[in-house]
Amino acid sequence: MKSLDFQAELARAGAMSRGRWSRLGFLVRRYPLGTVGAVILAVFVFAAVFAPVLAPFDAVLTDARLSLARPSALHPLGSDFMGRDVYSRIVYGARISLAVGLGSTFLGGVLGVALGLLSGYLGGWVDLAAQRLVDMLQALPLLVLALVMAAALGPSLENTIIAISIPLIPYAARVVRANTLSLKEQPFVDAARAIGTSELRIVLRHILPNTLAPLIVLATAQLGSAILTEASLSFLGLGIPEPHPSWGRMLSESAAEYVRTAPWLVAFPGLAISLVVFGTNLLGDALRDILDPRQRD
Amino acid sequence: MAAYLARRFSLMVLTLFGISVMIFVLLRVVPGDIADILFDAAGFVNPAEKAQLQKDLGLDKPITVQYAAWMGGLLQGDLGYSYKSEKPALEEIAPRIPISATLAGLAFAFSILLGVPLGVVSAVRQDTVLDYVLRVVSLSGLSMPAFWLGLLILMGFVSAFGTIPIYSDAPKTVWEALIMYSVPAAAVGFRSSALIMRLTRSAMLEVLRQDYVRTARAKGASERSVNYHHALRNALLPVVTVLGIEAAFLIGGLIVTETVFNIPGVARFLVEAIRWRDYPIVQSLVMVTALVVVSVNFAVDLLYVALDPRIKLAGGPA
Repeated sequence: MKSLDFQAELARAGAMSRGRWSRLGFLVRRYPLGTVGAVILAVFVFAAVFAPVLAPFDAVLTDARLSLARPSALHPLGSDFMGRDVYSRIVYGARISLAVGLGSTFLGGVLGVALGLLSGYLGGWVDLAAQRLVDMLQALPLLVLALVMAAALGPSLENTIIAISIPLIPYAARVVRANTLSLKEQPFVDAARAIGTSELRIVLRHILPNTLAPLIVLATAQLGSAILTEASLSFLGLGIPEPHPSWGRMLSESAAEYVRTAPWLVAFPGLAISLVVFGTNLLGDALRDILDPRQRD
Repeated sequence: MAAYLARRFSLMVLTLFGISVMIFVLLRVVPGDIADILFDAAGFVNPAEKAQLQKDLGLDKPITVQYAAWMGGLLQGDLGYSYKSEKPALEEIAPRIPISATLAGLAFAFSILLGVPLGVVSAVRQDTVLDYVLRVVSLSGLSMPAFWLGLLILMGFVSAFGTIPIYSDAPKTVWEALIMYSVPAAAVGFRSSALIMRLTRSAMLEVLRQDYVRTARAKGASERSVNYHHALRNALLPVVTVLGIEAAFLIGGLIVTETVFNIPGVARFLVEAIRWRDYPIVQSLVMVTALVVVSVNFAVDLLYVALDPRIKLAGGPA
């Protein structure tokens, strides 16, 4: 293992000295699985951005004549009970899935970073109170807390983002707190203070940037959980409301019944969820290896 | 030791208290209570009747009074009455717990039996084709929504046998129960096993780099003895420490899987109660869930001390 790490370091150092493209080429060769993940994710981002161009049909308009139509040349993935084209709904669904995933990861991350910085840097009773809050949020499974939050806020896109972001807070808070505790003892913090830098600036410009690497790793991992949680919430009917084309919601409409009568309605939205989460997980693993070598296997 | 335990225990109580306040307030921020829902469903509203119902349910009192009443009851083992069925919440919840517990137990056993050996194999054969395949399989397991996996299993049953193994009647014998629960338990357990496999793998890799493993090899211990006797025993520690996380993960899986397989357990009951704004049931179930997770974490702390002689509790970890 030691020798392998060493080679990686050497190779990395070599790659750094060459241009941007060869560095990318190096990463692609060194992390084939991570590259696959990045490509998968890029495809879904592309689908989300260019949905109106890529989707041949409207995702919301219904057509009774096409109710539960089997996959055909015109509707490659079939159509749902309301006669809506499943392929078009999946393409538009990428928007919902990524918006909720990125939105809640970002919101939960920002709140968690703020909490972690406060409790790690200030210490004392602020830290104690923040730690109890973190304990509380972590004592409930992600889905349970998100379910109760979603029910409390009511079904909408924004509320689903908020509902999922709250259970994600403790993870970022813990990572940032632990890093802040060790970083604030570093000489560069003393140096910054000695030249009269304000406390706020020390935290934001000196401590925060130094905890970014583990945060990026964490955020990628959480993006997957957030997308899965949105799917579960919508599946249970407590997430994205109709007629938005949420992948989870597409599965909820009497999915167990469609297993028998219209399997395409069950197979494709689930495949879309699994693929996008698989992509983020592959990318997340590679990013962890690159940015957080202490955790490398 | 006693001081450490007392500290851990009081933190646990504090956490549960915090959750009770959080959940109570959250549920009452919701616009629309059970009275609104019932009267909306009926299609007409007689304000006097609605006010009477809110009064009967205590929804007209200040939130602090409502909380005190709930907490007072809870501490005496009284969970209140279900708004929907008007039966005591305890009577509604208690019979559903064994169902979910059985399912969770089977799923957990499945995840350990599958996850630990595969994690070991993956670590011992690191960077081989087998390792890559196992890693990709476990990662895809973690990437699949639990409910979709359940639906895929149903689909497999339909094409193989033409029927769906959906819960219809309560199982009569232990054997029947085992068959009925094993399929959904496998659906829940498969995702957990992926989690456990990844943990076991990285813990094994960590341990295999240790000096004592090299020493064992140097003194001529067989590869088998090194891997299982020296390495695995130590690699299991980190797997034990995250039991709390695994429990939380499992509960999330139960919620959607019980819904897919139509199993009348507590996890699905939580979703139903949330839809009905049945506060007493939701509150009780959230507290039960938190109690389970917090207790598992507490037990893990104790277990950790017992399993790892290097840990001394003099200062006590924060």
